[in-house]
Amino acid sequence: MSGAANPTPPLAPPLAALLELTHRCPLQCPYCSNPIELERAKGELSTDEWRRVLDEAAELGVLQVHFSGGEPTVRRDLPELVAHARRIGLYSNLITSGVTLDRARLAVLAQAGLDHAQLSIQDVDHQTAAHIANHPGVQGKKLAFARWVREIGLPLTINAVVNRHNVTRVERMIDLAVELGAVRVEVAHVQYYGWALRNRAALMPTLEQVQEATQRVEAARARLRGQIVIDYVVPDYYARQPKSCMGGWGRQFLNITPSGEVLPCHAAQTIPGLVFDSVRHKPLAEIWASSAAFEAYRGTDWMPEPCRSCDQREVDWGGCRCQALAITGSAAAADPACALSPAHQEMRSLAEAASAAPAPDFVYRRMTPQETPAKVAAATR
Amino acid sequence: MTAPAPLKSAIRPGLAPGVRLSFDKARDCWVVLAPERVLVPDETALEILQRCNGSRPVDEIVDELASVYNADRGEIAQDVEDMVSDLIAKRILVG
Repeated sequence: MSGAANPTPPLAPPLAALLELTHRCPLQCPYCSNPIELERAKGELSTDEWRRVLDEAAELGVLQVHFSGGEPTVRRDLPELVAHARRIGLYSNLITSGVTLDRARLAVLAQAGLDHAQLSIQDVDHQTAAHIANHPGVQGKKLAFARWVREIGLPLTINAVVNRHNVTRVERMIDLAVELGAVRVEVAHVQYYGWALRNRAALMPTLEQVQEATQRVEAARARLRGQIVIDYVVPDYYARQPKSCMGGWGRQFLNITPSGEVLPCHAAQTIPGLVFDSVRHKPLAEIWASSAAFEAYRGTDWMPEPCRSCDQREVDWGGCRCQALAITGSAAAADPACALSPAHQEMRSLAEAASAAPAPDFVYRRMTPQETPAKVAAATR
Repeated sequence: MTAPAPLKSAIRPGLAPGVRLSFDKARDCWVVLAPERVLVPDETALEILQRCNGSRPVDEIVDELASVYNADRGEIAQDVEDMVSDLIAKRILVG
């Protein structure tokens, strides 16, 4: 925290807030972005508390809120929260699995003022999709949901998470998004924190698969220009430059957990020693300005070499803290995705070894993670 | 690879569904809010965007801007057409 107490120039307000209304979800994807220790329903913020958080966010300068989870639609008060966001001028996005709502409840959300819906897909192949989500019939439900979104007139983004089980079908996932009338598709390689880190060997594609996928995405971009916006989240383990994670720690974005803890990114709880403040105890503006967790890696003062003297330090902001932790054991190290990191080759080797071996079984995302000896044995074989 | 088709001056551009132009009090500027995107238009872009209401053809927008700014119509037409076709490709506007 040294020297970071008075960041100059003055701190800009966050652009967006991810609101994890709940960790409850009917799906069990092994790359879930929620923490391993899931919050139970009784710990969740109340409707009144979320309304106050929305007010504080708008006041602070947040422009967009993403209603997320878990599965945010399991909260019965979602229409009220969407309506409140609209009333105070916030742009609202629903990030959903698409398996819990019927058409009528979706229409209620649209009427409440929802601006946009983002639907995740696991694959184009129904069987693999069901296997990844551990939810039989998941694809049929999602396709129906996407149809309703378009019929109701909401703009749709499809989010396709890429891993070794579906990497060869990247192009078909993009084409599916076009067929479904999406304005945007996010093709996102798995980010290995939390559940995904635990399932890394079960998810990691090979370098060749990743290169082919990247080429196909680029070709689709050229082919579909003007028809759909394609955003590509790069595969860190095979990258040479780190991504500008969250647009820089504590610069543009905040995340609020179901119980009200405010995080600089959704995986920040994996970093030991960080202390998070809660909207239950402090105003959001104060947390944004001075919470220890936000100050820890904000700006460039915290950076070690090779970041400190790098001309990219205010471009990539040192990359991802959670990834640095996962690979090097230190959250303050340079992101190993960077070719200049001493751990760069180690990360590449981890990916190569994992992807060359047969895929172990998934450890599905559940309230109580299962740790059967047979699965651990399979993972280390 | 594929150059965008030339813009027809008769199209009537408007904000795409899910896109809002709004004034941001915290930053004291206009912003375009779109799926996973916030754009901050410069002065020229804002003048154009504020006229893209889905009912006015590009031609009419160009005429008006040329007269408001007392500027060369050809130059204005180029600016407007470039911006509108770019924002249509990005799904911020629909034509």
